[in-house]
Amino acid sequence: MSLRYAAVRRRGPGALAWHLGALAILAVVLYPVVWTIGASFKPSADIIGGLDLLPADPIGDNYARLTEGIADIPISTFFLNSAYIAIGSVIGVVLSCSLTAYAFAKVRFAGRNIMFAVMIGTLLLPYHVLIIPQYVLFQKLELINTFTPLLIGKYLATDAFFVFLMVQFMRGLPKELDEAARLDGCGHLRTYWSIVMPLCRPALVTSAIFTFINAWNDFMGPLLYLNEPDKYTVSLGLKMFIDQDAVADYGGMVAMSLVALLPVLAFFVAFQRYLIDGMATSGLKG
Amino acid sequence: MTHIHTSPGVLDAGDGRSVTKGNGPGGTAPPAAPKRPDRRENVAGYLFMSPWIAGFLFLIAGPMVFSLYLSFTEYNLFEAPRWIGLQNFTDMFADPRWRQSVEVTSWYVLIGTPIKLAAALAVAMLLAQKRWGQSFYRAAFYAPSLIGASVSAAIVWRALFSDDAIVDRTQKAFGFEAGGWIGDPAMIIYALIALTVWQFGAPMVIFLAGLKQVPRELYEAAEVDGAGPWRRFFHITLPMISPVLFFNVLLETIHSFQIFGSAYIVSNGSCGPADATLVYTCYLYEQGFVNSRMGFASAMGWLLLVAVGLVTAVLFWSQKRWVHYEEGGR
Repeated sequence: MSLRYAAVRRRGPGALAWHLGALAILAVVLYPVVWTIGASFKPSADIIGGLDLLPADPIGDNYARLTEGIADIPISTFFLNSAYIAIGSVIGVVLSCSLTAYAFAKVRFAGRNIMFAVMIGTLLLPYHVLIIPQYVLFQKLELINTFTPLLIGKYLATDAFFVFLMVQFMRGLPKELDEAARLDGCGHLRTYWSIVMPLCRPALVTSAIFTFINAWNDFMGPLLYLNEPDKYTVSLGLKMFIDQDAVADYGGMVAMSLVALLPVLAFFVAFQRYLIDGMATSGLKG
Repeated sequence: MTHIHTSPGVLDAGDGRSVTKGNGPGGTAPPAAPKRPDRRENVAGYLFMSPWIAGFLFLIAGPMVFSLYLSFTEYNLFEAPRWIGLQNFTDMFADPRWRQSVEVTSWYVLIGTPIKLAAALAVAMLLAQKRWGQSFYRAAFYAPSLIGASVSAAIVWRALFSDDAIVDRTQKAFGFEAGGWIGDPAMIIYALIALTVWQFGAPMVIFLAGLKQVPRELYEAAEVDGAGPWRRFFHITLPMISPVLFFNVLLETIHSFQIFGSAYIVSNGSCGPADATLVYTCYLYEQGFVNSRMGFASAMGWLLLVAVGLVTAVLFWSQKRWVHYEEGGR
């Protein structure tokens, strides 16, 4: 499953040219990130016009201002809301998608192939055909301004991409293992929980991290369903910041942008190997 | 693809006792019967599938049917939907802003996706060479793919591309009289395209995985035959990675059609200036949730579905001509 292959062709430009090329791309790719870090320590007036990448005279005011919150809501509220939704999503996706994937990969039931085709079809379905009717549904159920609309799909395995990822992984497990479990008297539930789930950890971790980051970054969902500022997520908090003072407080806005990215960056640094291999694997087997 | 637990004639496979009859090592295969799933497997399958089945019915299939119905109605969420036939669709085609949204989205998809994929492939080819620091670069180049979807990235983009900011100043330094891209209706779409190209890391990683599976001997043989780098690229690399290329094209195209957050934030919630970033979903959002035209927005959603479906179908159809799957491959 892992993508470490030995000999890759060692041809083309020399080592020096290779490193120069790679560094040039690195500079372009990381420029916005470094700029953001630098700008968060500059006075607002210097952020747009100033040409220095890093501040000549770093200040902490922008971060200090964040402790005052946005429109009387403490920043921590946004973070707690986002964390609640993101962690709730992770639990839902890991449980519901793995159950579904287990059925597709390991249980031979009538209608499996057709359901699998339907599931793959939903992978290509644009979300926007669903937002109006789903909104109407949740509005009728009086669930607007709650987190339920943002979470329920995660518990009902609607993230087909993760089901697909887990099915691919489960099919790669040696079938002797679960056959042996069956012979020893394990039912499907037991086989799922004690044999397949532990072996699937790489696929589960990949799905969990992607889910967390997607939920954390999500903008449209919270924009649609949350309408009181104390329910807002970090994304909506950032939007409030823009609405509040678009011109004046660039410093606070940039600082908040960076703070909002911290969980994503932390997850990325910790789990990049999983994320990258998970992404790479998804494209390989059609 | 499938593998079979139950052999015909063995019922109660789950009770763990009678399973092995006729199925053990050296046991004779039972007479050929149609491979029919047994009842317990069915029950187990449907129990395991129940979250997905519920999700599919209540959050996908049901809403799709409902939105198809709504697309033929006028509906503002508070009064009952009023049947108006095809009027939403005729209104749409007559609506200059709707046409603008189609144009902006097409532009974004047609320009952004190829550039992004070309960048991804070029960088993947660079990283496919075994060099010191390769995995560090791979991780660093992938990072924007995760950050890029956030409001933070859109805000930073706004700052980088606004009037008198770094991009503008760089242009001026090279003698281009510019003005920021954000305030310029002709340019802001390119700021958005730059934001999507910046996220080339995800397709890059998929290309990289594909490149690593191209057998080295092919290149060696081609070189012996005197094929230069371009010939090797077009005659070996491209055909060999075509399944991966197909996957990337499909995924990135469908993904690009659905852009919303970055267009909304980069233009500060206005999808302007002068509707210059009025992407399809921005207009759908505006019509549905700002103007309460749920029927019209549903009709827009269905047209998006049809467009994406057509593009997908064309891509799958074109596959025969340019995607090469290995004989007997997985």
